[in-house]
Order: sequence, then structure tokens, then C-alpha cells
Amino acid sequence: MPFLRIQEMSHDFGGLRAVHNYNLEIGLGQIRGLIGPNGAGKTTIFNLITGIYMPTEGEILLDGKKINGLQPHQIASMGVSRTFQNLLLWRHMTVVEHVKMAHYSKISYGLFGAFFGTSKRQREEAEIEEKAYTLLEMMGIRHLSDQVVLNLPYGAQRRVEMARALATEPKILLLDEPTAGMNPEELVQIMDIIRRAHGELGLAILLIEHRMKVVMELCEIIQTLDFGQVIAEGTPKEIQNDPKVIDAYLGKERPI
Amino acid sequence: MRAWIRTSTSAFSQVPLLGWLFGALIAVALEHLVGTPLALALGLPKIPVLFGFVIMLKKPILIPSAILYVLCIYVVPIGVTTRLSISRTNRLAAELFRSPIVISVAVHLALLYAILHMWAGINDYRLLVLKLTLIAIMVTLSLNVINGYMGEFSCSHPGFMALGAYGASVFTVVLFVDDRLFGAAILPPALGPFMFPIALILGGLVASLGALAVAIPSFRTRGDYLAIISLAFMFIVKSLIENLEFVRGPRGLSGQPDWANLPTVFLWTVICVWIINNFVRCTMGKALNAVRDNEMAAEAMTVNTRRTKIVAFLFSAFWAGVAGGLFAHVLGYVNPGTFGIQKLAEVLAMVYFGGLNSVYGAVVGAVSISLLGEVLRPLEIFKWIIIPLLLILVMIFRPTGLIAFKELNVTNLVKPKQNPDEEM
Ligand SMILES: Nc1ncnc2c1ncn2[C@@H]1O[C@H](COP(=O)(O)OP(=O)(O)O)[C@@H](O)[C@H]1O
Ligand SMILES: [Mg+2]
Repeated sequence: MPFLRIQEMSHDFGGLRAVHNYNLEIGLGQIRGLIGPNGAGKTTIFNLITGIYMPTEGEILLDGKKINGLQPHQIASMGVSRTFQNLLLWRHMTVVEHVKMAHYSKISYGLFGAFFGTSKRQREEAEIEEKAYTLLEMMGIRHLSDQVVLNLPYGAQRRVEMARALATEPKILLLDEPTAGMNPEELVQIMDIIRRAHGELGLAILLIEHRMKVVMELCEIIQTLDFGQVIAEGTPKEIQNDPKVIDAYLGKERPI
Repeated sequence: MRAWIRTSTSAFSQVPLLGWLFGALIAVALEHLVGTPLALALGLPKIPVLFGFVIMLKKPILIPSAILYVLCIYVVPIGVTTRLSISRTNRLAAELFRSPIVISVAVHLALLYAILHMWAGINDYRLLVLKLTLIAIMVTLSLNVINGYMGEFSCSHPGFMALGAYGASVFTVVLFVDDRLFGAAILPPALGPFMFPIALILGGLVASLGALAVAIPSFRTRGDYLAIISLAFMFIVKSLIENLEFVRGPRGLSGQPDWANLPTVFLWTVICVWIINNFVRCTMGKALNAVRDNEMAAEAMTVNTRRTKIVAFLFSAFWAGVAGGLFAHVLGYVNPGTFGIQKLAEVLAMVYFGGLNSVYGAVVGAVSISLLGEVLRPLEIFKWIIIPLLLILVMIFRPTGLIAFKELNVTNLVKPKQNPDEEM
């Protein structure tokens, strides 16, 4: 059974049907790509899966359980993590605090521990911190751990967001244009990180990406979205040669 | 000359907290011993109550005497003793630092209390100002939880204080005081001081309950709209109490037993600072910052934002309520008029002056605005021009306040500032 299954999902913003009869099946260890021109509804699909919006129609099943209607934080603690297209970091917090925060749902010391600083809390906070440093090491940003994110260069901020997303210990990772605004060097690094997240952690990954090179290289199967509908689905090769895709997407924005 | 100044100031940077406390202790002891004769000799009518500022504003002719007094009693003794004892206090601090942190902190707090006790022992006015300042620290810190750490603009804190003040007062007056309104005391007054913590906690809980009225709307509203809701809450509480005949409405409630002595107020302030500082430094408390900086990202990272908001509001209101309870018992009288827009302005000034998202900031803000308010009292109406002006200046040059975004790390605070082995 696929880990995440979406059946006939539609979503309306007022009169605008942003997503129309969308279907997806993705198992652990798979990488899927989602492409399409601006305004096609890709980000909206992420927001629907993560519970920010509730689908007008259709079902989202995670590990066989229906999750539409749950709060975003509940869905997140069930193993769905994401990054945002426009980098939503906590501007006054440090890098390591970002990563620690992603452990929120696993904290068991409770309010009592939080108020009185019990030894259980000290132990748990120390564990969280250690995990956070390991992850930052893996992402190559350990040396930035005490910096406030506001002061970091863009590429580093992207990595902090990725580290934070991985720190929730997800089973599926939704990446919304993770390479936007990156230079070629940073691009190579982020692709490496995605590969490792996939290879070492065995995650399912759903990737929205504008750069053809990245999607074609990383993804096994790609869906193309236009005006909220999937107009083509297949391997990178099939997609590249599909006239409908060329029409809708590649025709408008030259592939890189 | 310049080099000499540089070396001596750099020496002062090596004074551990313990050293400063010792210095201050010497100063207040000195004031007890020779304060009155010195003041009279300098032509002052009595010991200047607030570092000479009040007298300077009242009688400008006495400015030199007041300055001389402050130099002789505070500045020079503190300067000399801290400077001379640097290596000794550092060694002592290091010794304490090796023992469990609790002991080190307890010693520092005991010293601090001794200083405050002696300072306030000079006259009742000082004592009152000190107690009200400690209470202001609690309120400022609790408001900082919402306005600083969680980034909402709450105007409801005078309302929470009022709920706490009345909650605690009704409890103590009904149980322990022969009162015209509530009848004879139910419990013997001897039990009182033991029950006082319960009264304060009860007041805090009443305030927390009231805070639900702001916390629940905060799920869906943010920013200006929530600020207006919280402002409405403050006015509702005020007019509710004004219309409650069983607490004497606008005439206010009096006769609270005088259990709010200095040790009690000091202890509650310490507990309040300790618990709030514990909370805001752990991951669960940092969730407030995440909600402030980006709520959507917080949810996506498994943070239960509704729970976080409820906890923040109830927790913050609790401490405002406790502070309100203490306030009522310090004054022995409370009326709803106290908890209006003027109080709000005062507390907001303390929070934004001192600094957002910072325990240090809350303490600095509360102490400086409280003292400034007292010191400028002789100027009457100008007081309300000078304080807002100062606030505007701070907002222009440091928009988040004097000491914003600084964590209070107790371990660093009590740590020796110099390796005891290297001699000066
Ligand atoms: N919160 C919203 N309210 C109304 N319309 C929205 C909202 N979010 C997105 N849309 C609209 O839905 C469509 C899909 O947007 P989006 O999912 O962001 O596209 P993509 O990520 O593919 O570029 C667009 O037409 C956009 O204007
Ligand atoms: Mg998008």
C-alpha cells in the first residue's frame, strides 16, 4: 500500500478551482516530481496535504488513515514535513533553535517540566540538542548553529529550512522549489542533500521544482499540472517528449 | 590619565556579581550608620530617599549637597570596595561556583535581599516604592511573555491584575478579617500568613480564567484586532467590578491584612522570574517565538499553536494576577479605577522601554520607569511629558527596547569574572 494516497482531491478558492481531481500514490523511498507553470496549483496541493487548507472534495490517506480535517501540526507529527516556497523561517531565532523546535511534538516533560526545569526536562532538552547538532553537521551548517537566521545568506537559510523539516523525523518530505534563487554551487549541494535524505533516511519525497535539470535527474515519476489538473504523468523521458507538457509548460518557460 | 581610566574601568569589568553585591551591602550599611549625620552636615533635611533626585527637583539649591551625599554613601564606597576586593570576591565566587548552582544562587539572592532590606529600612516611603517596583517587575515580565515572546499586543494586563487583586482580596478579607460587608472572620488570623500564598494563587487562577476570554479569540485573530479585543477585555473587567456591589463597586475594597511584607513580595518576585525564565528558555517556551515569527511554519513543524497560545495567555495572566494580589495587599486598599488606561500605559512603557523578549529588559524597564515615576513626582504634570518623551527616544534609537532578545542565563550571571589564580 502506498504511504500517501490522494484520491480525487479538488479545492476551490471562492469561484476558482485551484486543484481539480488530483490523484497521487507515493510509497516510502520514492521520489516524485510535480511540475507546472506558475499558478498551476502546485503549492496549493502541498497546503492541502499538510492541512493548511481543507480539500473541498476528495480524500487524503496517510498510511491508510484519512487525514483531511486534521490540524496541520497533527498531520506534521504523523510524519509529513515540508519546506516553503518563500522560506518561512523564524527570523529572531537561531539555527539550532529552529531544529530543536521541530521536536516539539515529541516533548514529554510537559508544562511542569517547562516551568520548574526538572531534571527530566534537562535530559530531554540535552537529547534534542544533541540530535539537532548531528543534523546540522549532516547539512554542513553546524558552524552557524548560534546565528540568528536573519543574518544568514540565502543558501544557508534554505539549508536551515531543510534541516528543520528533517528534524521532525518525517516519513514523507514535501519540498516546494528548494533550489529557487540558488547559485549553481548551492544547487549541487542541495541536490546532494535531497539524495541523501532519500537514500539514508528512506523518505518518500514529493518535489516541486522549476529547474528541469533537477527534476529530471532526481525524480522517478513526474506529474505535470496545469490549471489545477494533471495533464501528464510519467518518467522524465516521457514527460519531456509529451506534446501537452511542451505546450503547457515548456513552451512558456524555456527549460534550463 | 586616560590610560589610568582605561585600566580602572577594565578592572571593574572583572568584578563578579558577588563583588557588586558586597559593595552595595557596604554602601547601605554605611547609610544606616552615618547617613543621618552626613545628611544633616550637608544641609539636607534628612537622608535623601531616592538617591537625591527628589530633593534636587524640589529644591535645586540643594543639588550639590545631594550629589555629594550620593557620592559619599553610594558611589565611592561601592567603587572602592568592589575594586579592592576583586580577587577576593572572584575567589569566593569561584568557590561558590563549584558547589551546586542552587547554593550559589541562594547566596546571591540572600545578599540582594539584605541590601534591599537595609535600603528600605531607612523609611516607609522607600519600602513602599521598593515593593511596588518588585510588583512592577512581575507585571512587566508577564506582559513581556505575550507582547515580547509571543509578539501579540495585549492590552488586557491591568484587567488580569484587577482580577487577581480582587480574587485574592475577597479571599483574605472574607476568611481572616472582621468586615462589615462579609461579616466576622471565619478562620483565626494566625493562620493568615500561611494562607496568603493560597490567596495569591487563587487570584492568579481567577486572572487565568479571565484570560480565556482573550486566548480563545487569539486562535483566529492576530495583531490589531486582538489588541482591540484585549483592550475591550480590560474595560469590561473594570466596569464589571464597578458594578459589583458585594465588593463595594467603584468605592473599592479595603481592609486587606498586611501580609505583603518585603520578604513575601521579594520571594514571589524571585519565584515569578525563575519560573518565567525557565519557561521561555525551553523548547516548549520557544514555541511562543515560533508562533510570533511565523505561525504557519510553527504548525508545519508540529507545534500545536493553539495550545501554545492558551498556555501563554493563561500563564501570563496568572502572574499578572499574583502581582495584582500582592499589589492589593501592599496598599491595603484596591479600587477598580486603578486598573485603567493609565496603568496600561505604565506597564506598556515598562515593557517597551526595557526591551522585548528579555527578562533583563523587563527588570530594567520596570525598575527604571517605576523609579523615574517616583523621582519625577515633584514635577507633577511634567512627569507625563518627560516619561513619554523618553519612551519615544528609545523607540527611535532602539525600537525593541534597551535590552531586547537577551537570554537570562543564571549560570553566567553568578560565574566568577576572573581566573582566581591570576593575581591583579
Ligand atoms: N489563499 C488563496 N486564496 C485565493 N487564491 C489562491 C490562494 N492561494 C493560491 N491561490 C490561487 O490558486 C492558484 C494556484 O496557486 P499556487 O498553488 O500557489 O500555484 P503554484 O504553486 O503552482 O505556482 C493561483 O491561481 C493562485 O492565485
Ligand atoms: Mg508555488
